[in-house]
Amino acid sequence: MRSLLPVLAVVMAIVTLWYGAAVMMNSRWTLDQAARAERTLSLTEIVTDTMTQDRPKMPAPHQVATELWKTTGEKVLQGRAFSKRSLIYHAWITLSATLLGFAIGTGLGVLLAIGIVHNRAMDMSVMPWAIASQTIPILAIAPMIIVVLNSVGVTGLVPKAIISAYLSFFPVVVGMVKGLRSPDAMQLDLLSTYSASRAQAFWKLRLPSSMPYLFTSLKVGMAASLVGAIVGELPTGAVRGLGARLLAGSYYGQTVQIWSALFAAAILAALLVGVIGLVQRVTLRAMGMNR
Amino acid sequence: MIWFASALAFWAGAWALNVRLSRSRWARTWAVRIAVPALFGITLLVVWEGLVRGLAVPGVILPPPSAIGARFAGSLPILWGDFVQTFVKGALSGYVIGCGASVATAIAIDRSPFLQRGLLPVGNFIAALPIIGTAPILVMWFGFDWQSKAAVVVAMVFFPVLVNTVQGLAASEAMQRDLMKTYSASYVQTLMKLRLPAAMPFIFNGLKIATTLALIGAIVAEFFGSPIKGMGFRISTEVGRLALDMVWAEIAVAALAGTAFYGLVAGAERAVTFWHPSQRG
Repeated sequence: MRSLLPVLAVVMAIVTLWYGAAVMMNSRWTLDQAARAERTLSLTEIVTDTMTQDRPKMPAPHQVATELWKTTGEKVLQGRAFSKRSLIYHAWITLSATLLGFAIGTGLGVLLAIGIVHNRAMDMSVMPWAIASQTIPILAIAPMIIVVLNSVGVTGLVPKAIISAYLSFFPVVVGMVKGLRSPDAMQLDLLSTYSASRAQAFWKLRLPSSMPYLFTSLKVGMAASLVGAIVGELPTGAVRGLGARLLAGSYYGQTVQIWSALFAAAILAALLVGVIGLVQRVTLRAMGMNR
Repeated sequence: MIWFASALAFWAGAWALNVRLSRSRWARTWAVRIAVPALFGITLLVVWEGLVRGLAVPGVILPPPSAIGARFAGSLPILWGDFVQTFVKGALSGYVIGCGASVATAIAIDRSPFLQRGLLPVGNFIAALPIIGTAPILVMWFGFDWQSKAAVVVAMVFFPVLVNTVQGLAASEAMQRDLMKTYSASYVQTLMKLRLPAAMPFIFNGLKIATTLALIGAIVAEFFGSPIKGMGFRISTEVGRLALDMVWAEIAVAALAGTAFYGLVAGAERAVTFWHPSQRG
């Protein structure tokens, strides 16, 4: 709670800067319009106009907030939460791809990490590639996956989920390998004095002690999954999903729509990462690993 | 069928060799450490080639590595032009501006604990957001050429580097700072001689994360509009023409550039933070 005030101050500063930028960037258009109409505007007139333009260069925060409310809360009140104009609908499309991809990517990642930890040949051959793959802009292959799967006849949710899975896969592998190796030699020796089998050592020691690492990489993987799902919606000109809203907004110059889609994506990311953080806290507390 | 069978045979052979190598007594030597992953990579390529030819997968779905290699060698000028446009102009300039600005910001707010406490959570929060989504906005503001890509890169690298630098500047111990005080060192002297060097491992951590982000930002920003060159532009248009060998060649360029960029930063880290435990041994 000690940091509540500073955080609020920083957020306030950001909002203030944003309003300032909105006035600065939109005033050009306002002044042009006024010059064309051969009118001179007072300062207050300029400022109010920059706040209320239809297609501003930089929408003011309250415009974005209004648009967000109009496309989410108001639709819910009207009972049309899943109509095509509702951001909830688009966010749900993106969210479903994100979650499916995240589940696939994490599952495979954990499995591969278990293989790497238990098999030396696998460790030596796969691990350098898993690390190197984090330096590669994997996202670049997104359009290809979408189009190729499209030409094979797979459309909709699955191609996006594959991109999400691919993006969340490697962080989870690297994090889990680290985590499964985190018990020290003393603890492993203790288990072997108990003549524990490898499976027992895995379930009773390696897996529990990897949990903090797992959650850290799950957070990274979740953020990456969401980015993957959003970018996966760009190339085919998809009509549904937050990425599609971004693209449509940029085609038609609907800046308010772009910003509201962006904020919806940000809120979604914050919620997802927050949920993982919550699960982390509960799990680690139940396991007695609370720091 | 022969392709298919020989690919499988190669895979089995290479795997057996890898298992044997990793269990041999040379397993810890330098040569084997490189040979095993290299063999694995080659195996992947061979299996890919064999499967694509053996199962007669059409080139518009998955071209074999040989075709990609041929296309790569055949269109070097185009690839080089795209590389310069996206990497040198877009990603690199954005990376330098973004990282420079964020280290400067971190030092500027460093004197105020209030701002530090406020900025760390906000920065951490923003670093987890899909900042790539600002690409359409920035393309709208800065035009189609590389300036908008650099702007996207700046937005993407700023917060990860900022958070790491702020953490790093707090990394020196109270004892060490007290020692500087007994030397009656000024703020600038303490910063230059103690706190910045102590922060370097953290800063480089941020810089390394930022290399990948920079390239991703520059490429994805080109999906939203670009002059008729650039890696992202080439990928999206060649995908549209189903010239997948060109797309894969472009991806190979991106992978090489990304790895080299990361390697360069990691090398700089090794040179700057040679004293840190993680760099020894």
